[in-house]
Amino acid sequence: MRALRSLMAGIFAAGLLAAPVLASEEAPHPPAQKWSFGSVFGTYDLASAQRGFQVYSEVCANCHSMRLLHYRDLAGIGFSPEQIKAIASNVTVPMGIDDQGAPKEGKGTPASKFRSPFPNDNAARAANGGALPPDLSLIVNAREGEYDYIFALLTGYAEPPAKFAMQDGMNYNKYFPGHQIAMPKPLSDGQVTFADGTSASVEQMSRDLVMFLTWAANPEMVERKQMGVRIVLFLILMTGLTYAVKRKIWADVH
Amino acid sequence: MAGLHKSEFANPVINWIDTRLPVFTMLQKEYGVFPTPKNFNYFWNFGALAMVNLMIMIATGIFLAMNYQPNSELAFDSVQHIMRDVNYGWLIRYVHQNGASMFFIVTYIHIYRGLYYGSYKAPRELLWILGVVILLLMMATAFMGYVLPWGQMSYWGATVITNLFSAFPVVGPKIVTLLWGGFSVDNPTLNRFFALHYLLPFVLIGVVFLHIAALHVVGSNNPLGIDVKTPQDTLPFHPYYTIKDSVGMCVYLIVFAILVFFAPNFLGDPNNFIPANPLQTPADIVPEWYFLPYYAILRSVPNKLLGVCLMFASILVLFVLPWLDTSRVRSARFRPIYRQLIWVWVAAFIGLGVCGAHKPEGVWVILSRVCTLYYFLHFLVILPLLGKLERPLALPESISQPVTGGRGGGPLPSGATTKPMEKA
Repeated sequence: MRALRSLMAGIFAAGLLAAPVLASEEAPHPPAQKWSFGSVFGTYDLASAQRGFQVYSEVCANCHSMRLLHYRDLAGIGFSPEQIKAIASNVTVPMGIDDQGAPKEGKGTPASKFRSPFPNDNAARAANGGALPPDLSLIVNAREGEYDYIFALLTGYAEPPAKFAMQDGMNYNKYFPGHQIAMPKPLSDGQVTFADGTSASVEQMSRDLVMFLTWAANPEMVERKQMGVRIVLFLILMTGLTYAVKRKIWADVH
Repeated sequence: MAGLHKSEFANPVINWIDTRLPVFTMLQKEYGVFPTPKNFNYFWNFGALAMVNLMIMIATGIFLAMNYQPNSELAFDSVQHIMRDVNYGWLIRYVHQNGASMFFIVTYIHIYRGLYYGSYKAPRELLWILGVVILLLMMATAFMGYVLPWGQMSYWGATVITNLFSAFPVVGPKIVTLLWGGFSVDNPTLNRFFALHYLLPFVLIGVVFLHIAALHVVGSNNPLGIDVKTPQDTLPFHPYYTIKDSVGMCVYLIVFAILVFFAPNFLGDPNNFIPANPLQTPADIVPEWYFLPYYAILRSVPNKLLGVCLMFASILVLFVLPWLDTSRVRSARFRPIYRQLIWVWVAAFIGLGVCGAHKPEGVWVILSRVCTLYYFLHFLVILPLLGKLERPLALPESISQPVTGGRGGGPLPSGATTKPMEKA
């Protein structure tokens, strides 16, 4: 029996030991950052998310779509209805077809979807040397390492190490799997001017952008966590009461 | 000529209905006074929990189906529409998505309970077999449900798993074409998977009904694994087990709520947030966590046909388990060697799950082979031999008078004796 126990322990130990060894062969693990939405009670930093939206609009939106979002959704990061109307009306969006059957464009409204930079994937590839800039609506959820990975990627551009064979038109990134990414370093210091005076360092812009993208992928998160805290507290109370009733009912059973 | 049922209910409306359709009498008999062994531990919660879970899945699933589009062009976006625009759509969807995981957690523990306490042995063989049918139906339903969001892992998981059938000679490729409704996983596949994913839970209800009907004929097993002998061994199901199941349900709901509200994508795969793309294969195609052990068995052998056969055999072997286990002692409490070996089997099963999550390289191949070997050895060799070689401990006289003394033996509480027992 002792032999059986040690066999079991051995199987588990093998599993535990082998896991980190395999993981380290891939790209380095993105370092964990501190985020306002990290904890059970976490919320989005709305000012940061609004700055992130500005970075997206002025920089990322030149190549990356966010086709699952509507301008009305921006209320979720604290924009007022007037601000949303203003943001939407500054954008030209496709409006179906006109009476002659030609594609029509017009001023965006809060109900419009975010404007996509390219009419279709082929156009996007043609303009980007064959690489397709992924849609950013869900990018935080769609990557291993989530927000920490996106932050690491945005700040992880560097000179390739000596002897590292780069392909033409590719860029070196510490955290991208395989280290060769088609996207050139997207952010540089002072690239945007924040209205609230926050200095636009690469790190600050990346942080704000990740805040915005995390919200975009999980707009329900704050409501979800707040509801969860109440429900779990209720259930703990309920468990206690139910257990007390159970004890009482079973008290006479021997 | 059939007469009216003689109802004992005082309420005139209930009495009127019960006289003509004795559903209230039936409920009273099967869930009110139903004599249940008095020594259940909390492992006996999990059948009821699985039932509750099935109801949650059906309820949330119906509301999802109202907003979901089973079309390869629209499916992915319609799921995001549910998440973003439908009122509390995110809640319904996350409950459904994590409900699948909870369903497997609960069911696996329920099965483990059956294995540990010998619930599959005579006279409960058919009850057990119906349970294995439920497991198979659950797996089919879960697999097809995972395809519906039409993300990358949905698409490629469906491709890999349906392709398994092509390993069978002659009929294999035909089966695959039939599953796909064409020559690759595409819109017709999604359509039929949606139709079947909606259908199978109701088939599941039917089999669950038979499972419970069979249970109520032979009665529940219990932690001692001995038969109920006198009314002193039992308690009426209500209120004793309704309240005990309620305690378990509260704890289950806490775990469920933590998953749904704080880590809804913890058990998911990031790749499924990328729309299905037939031209781009993900680096590593892995099924949902609850299929990983079978996936590891599949990949533990280099031959595709053999791997597929072993994978199916790993479930099918459960059908004949009542006859593979030659020991007549049910509960592992009185089987000193089996009691140890069942944990080795659990370790092998979990080990397979860990192997299934890793690429079949290096140590993982060896580990998955060792675990696969033990998985089958346990059922096919050890259990038939162990029944003959093992010396079980002395069984207690009865549930109310265990030989060990201590608890039990006292008279029934007044609440338990007010209702006459239907059977001992």
